[in-house]
Amino acid sequence: MIEVKNIYKSFDGANVLKDISNRFEQGKTNLIIGRSGSGKTVLLKSILGLYDIDQGEIWYDDREFVKMHHKERKKLRREIGMVFQGGALFDSLSVEANIRFPLDMFTHQSPVEKKKRVEFCLEHVNIEKSAFKLFPSEISGGMQKRVAIARAIALNPKYLFCDEPNSGLDPETATIIDQLIQHLTREFEMTTIINTHDMNSVIEIGESVLFIAKGEVAWTGSNKEILETRNKKLNDFIFANKLYAQLREEKN
Amino acid sequence: MKFFFHVGQYFTLLKKVFGRPEKLRLYVRQLFHEIDTLGVNSVWIVIIISIFIGGIMTIQFAYSMSNPIYPTTLVGLGTRDTLILEFSSTMLALIMAGKIGSNITSEIGTMRVTEQIDSLEIMGVNSASYLILPKIVAVVFIFPFLFIISVFFGLLGGLVTGPIAGVISIPDYIEGIQWLFYPYYITFSLIKSVVFGFLVASVPAYFGYYVKGGSLEVGKASTTAVVNTNILILFFDLILTRLLLT
Repeated sequence: MIEVKNIYKSFDGANVLKDISNRFEQGKTNLIIGRSGSGKTVLLKSILGLYDIDQGEIWYDDREFVKMHHKERKKLRREIGMVFQGGALFDSLSVEANIRFPLDMFTHQSPVEKKKRVEFCLEHVNIEKSAFKLFPSEISGGMQKRVAIARAIALNPKYLFCDEPNSGLDPETATIIDQLIQHLTREFEMTTIINTHDMNSVIEIGESVLFIAKGEVAWTGSNKEILETRNKKLNDFIFANKLYAQLREEKN
Repeated sequence: MKFFFHVGQYFTLLKKVFGRPEKLRLYVRQLFHEIDTLGVNSVWIVIIISIFIGGIMTIQFAYSMSNPIYPTTLVGLGTRDTLILEFSSTMLALIMAGKIGSNITSEIGTMRVTEQIDSLEIMGVNSASYLILPKIVAVVFIFPFLFIISVFFGLLGGLVTGPIAGVISIPDYIEGIQWLFYPYYITFSLIKSVVFGFLVASVPAYFGYYVKGGSLEVGKASTTAVVNTNILILFFDLILTRLLLT
């Protein structure tokens, strides 16, 4: 479980996050949604400690992240997996070496154990063996995202963060990625936080949804409740897509 | 003010760079990779440039000493001392700042804008140390060797070009390059090479590490890095010459 309490963050005097509080449950896919520029990525990077917050608390289970010593933070980070928007795979390493990197860096496993773990992770995200030796520039965007997910789970993390994991992907691949993340979250009992503005993802895997507008919490709920809500800001966001407006009309 | 900000940030980065490595074995592996990429791959360009410069300097010395009062051995001596004291250390460092420096800035800068550095940080890796320390050690290690290679091929360039151009005979040239030789000049230039190697690796790494934006900014950062490294090389050349040679 990850909990944020009364988070504030500003850049050059401009308040980007204002009094954000929320609880992200373990074993669920927790989504942060909002328009571009609403503060989703800043919130995600603040929880990860890539930005220092101005005020508030961030709890990883019973550990308060903000007050943690640098060394404790480093230790905690080994329990975190992150999937970046662009994949952020290391260009100079092959697919296989990308997954092995955190294992080389932080474990004392034998080469055979590492090989098994790499294969396990890549098979879990449906990457074929023929792609193991390829470099990130030689594989498709969808495959890069899957490899990034495999790298994120290599150290068996307790917390998984995904920043717009299906941006730039076709709808079919995007759905596969969404389902894969949900499946892994349940299988490994992780606390997963996904940053997205893709309504398909919200409907598909939004077990818990936090809607942010202009840096403030505007709505919280689940994908089952989201189409029924009367929250104006959220309605403006969702029903900007005519398909969902039509879906609600049909339902009513 | 901006100057002091950069100086402060540069030294803060260096403190991070020289932090304790997470796993020494991986750093050593990275070091060998950098020696190959940054050092060994630069050997050919150093050889080519040095041969040409050695040849050009020999012809120019011969031209300016065409007066019969001067012994022809001075041509070899002038070529040798210029190569050792200035060209093979300082000029070569300026050239390498363009080749190696821009390579370092663009590599680290691209990793920054594609979030690969963030990715390392989130894993709990000291990204500054992992990415920059092997580069600094590799360049500092390889620079004295490049200096020696440059002096050797520069002298060889003079030996080949001088007689072909008809400005000096081979025995006169060989006698000249052995005449009034001070071994301290070599020590002095090796010290310079180490200092310049550190600048050529660390300054571009700094500009790459803190780049913000996209590919356009990475390109601009590379240019800024090379210009600043060149200025710093000349500045430290002046200081070291004053301290060690006078």
